[in-house]
Amino acid sequence: MFKNIIHSKWFGLIAGIFILLFICPLFAPRFFVYILALIYVTSLLAMSLNMVVGHGGLFQFHHGVFYGVGAYAVALMLTKSSIPMWFGFIVGPVVAAIIGLIIGWFCVRLTRLYFGMLQISLGSLIWAIVFRWYSFTGGDDGIHGIPMPSLISSLNSSYYFILIILVICLILMYMILKSPFGNTLQAIRDNSQRCEAIGINIKRYQLGGIVVATFFAGVAGVLFVVLERSVFPDLLFWVLSLEIFIMCLLGGWFTFAGPILGAAITVALRTFVGRYTEYWTLILGIILILVIFFLPEGVMGFFQDLFKPGTKKVAERGKG
Amino acid sequence: MLQVESLMKSFDDFMAVNGANLTVDKGEIVAVIGPNGAGKTTLFNLITGALKRDRGRIIFKGEDIGELPPYEICKKGISRSYQIVNIFPRLTVFGNVQVAVLSYQRRSSNLFRPAQGIAVNETKSILESMGLSDKEKSIAGSLSHGDQKILEIAIALGNEPELLILDEPTAGMSPEETQATMELVKRLANQRGLTILFCEHDMDIVFSIAQSIMVMRHGQTIIQGSLEEVRNNKEVQEAYLGGE
Repeated sequence: MFKNIIHSKWFGLIAGIFILLFICPLFAPRFFVYILALIYVTSLLAMSLNMVVGHGGLFQFHHGVFYGVGAYAVALMLTKSSIPMWFGFIVGPVVAAIIGLIIGWFCVRLTRLYFGMLQISLGSLIWAIVFRWYSFTGGDDGIHGIPMPSLISSLNSSYYFILIILVICLILMYMILKSPFGNTLQAIRDNSQRCEAIGINIKRYQLGGIVVATFFAGVAGVLFVVLERSVFPDLLFWVLSLEIFIMCLLGGWFTFAGPILGAAITVALRTFVGRYTEYWTLILGIILILVIFFLPEGVMGFFQDLFKPGTKKVAERGKG
Repeated sequence: MLQVESLMKSFDDFMAVNGANLTVDKGEIVAVIGPNGAGKTTLFNLITGALKRDRGRIIFKGEDIGELPPYEICKKGISRSYQIVNIFPRLTVFGNVQVAVLSYQRRSSNLFRPAQGIAVNETKSILESMGLSDKEKSIAGSLSHGDQKILEIAIALGNEPELLILDEPTAGMSPEETQATMELVKRLANQRGLTILFCEHDMDIVFSIAQSIMVMRHGQTIIQGSLEEVRNNKEVQEAYLGGE
């Protein structure tokens, strides 16, 4: 597989971008470095959502919960227990995946919109627990001043840590999507009825996909803590889940890297337009409407069509 | 190999299948015929588990499979194709068949090995026998209707079935395509030793390749027998063949 990646015509471009991002902190202002790191964290979250939404065809409406659970798990570990800090980092994604397994176990019994509705309800339940349980989670105050290992305590070192983890996760996600498991998941998205007829227990694979995706959402949650050193209940609120859903839509469901672009657009808008007006979501809304009307495959999907003509036609036929 | 005994299925008040009987022996090619709405597709859906029966028995290799989910029935050795094209439109032609082969080989849950290197020979040999080799890299949704129907059958073959069920394999095809497809089906049955159960509207086709015919009307089996028996049956002549 790596041979394929290295030989692909995009390898030079991708490698160039990553080198640029790696040397960025050497010359860019602190604020810019911080925003970039935030984009990485959000990208990972959006990509993990897209594994189940774009590639798995599941209406995972409340994915932010697992991001929040991962963040809270590591925050509680680092503030309330004396286990080694690095070990706490592994706990975040694992707890997120376990919660994903539990919620998913119920949800895969339903299909499409009903799956989404139940997912929102169960997710909101977790939000409510975190929001109300003052003695344990700090309630709506959250937890602040979370200690970090000294190796990643400065902004620049946490930037590098986040970027490296992001790259590792991207490679893992790419491998998973190209594996038999990933192909099967996409086949279920395309046609679940046919999948059952060729001997695939679709619920099991969907649950597997949810566990993998929630694990990566948990990783994103941990990275958020590394960057912000605080957690608050908004991380599990449905508004955030909607935002990452929009990121996937903006970037393109059916592309691998689309959600990164979607996350970058959204975070940049919130940061730079949000400075002038609190109504930055108005601009996001207009962009979203334009994308839906003119680039139904998302921004990344549009560029893919430019370079690989023929896929668009399929999308249209696929709908029928 | 397959016995269906007094099978019933209703949708609300409508009896879609109302006493269907069918016997398929190993190595046989059996056709189910009947006017539109006779319950042929419902019968196939019941056998493959897509629908749950109300009453009756479906015995495959000595075991009642009536309560099993579709994926378990597939693992027992029954594959099917659909009347209306039912493929994976966003995957490549190769990917469409490979998903079935991977499922058959129980390798679908492999997480980290790239799929492009797994089950390649098996998949390619199926594509070759179906004449789809030159289109293996195309996206399935962009194929012509005729090719998609062929791909339908190719996906079903990915599971190495013992019993292959074809629901109107030539629906929507031109006469030439129809001819070629049925030749293909015949050849497959010989090469792979398949048992085939199919339904079809074109009587010429049915009488040219089937060894046994089951006639349905209003969800009920009128008769199952050899070509001669069916052709000479009075009830069939009145009901279906137009009393020649």
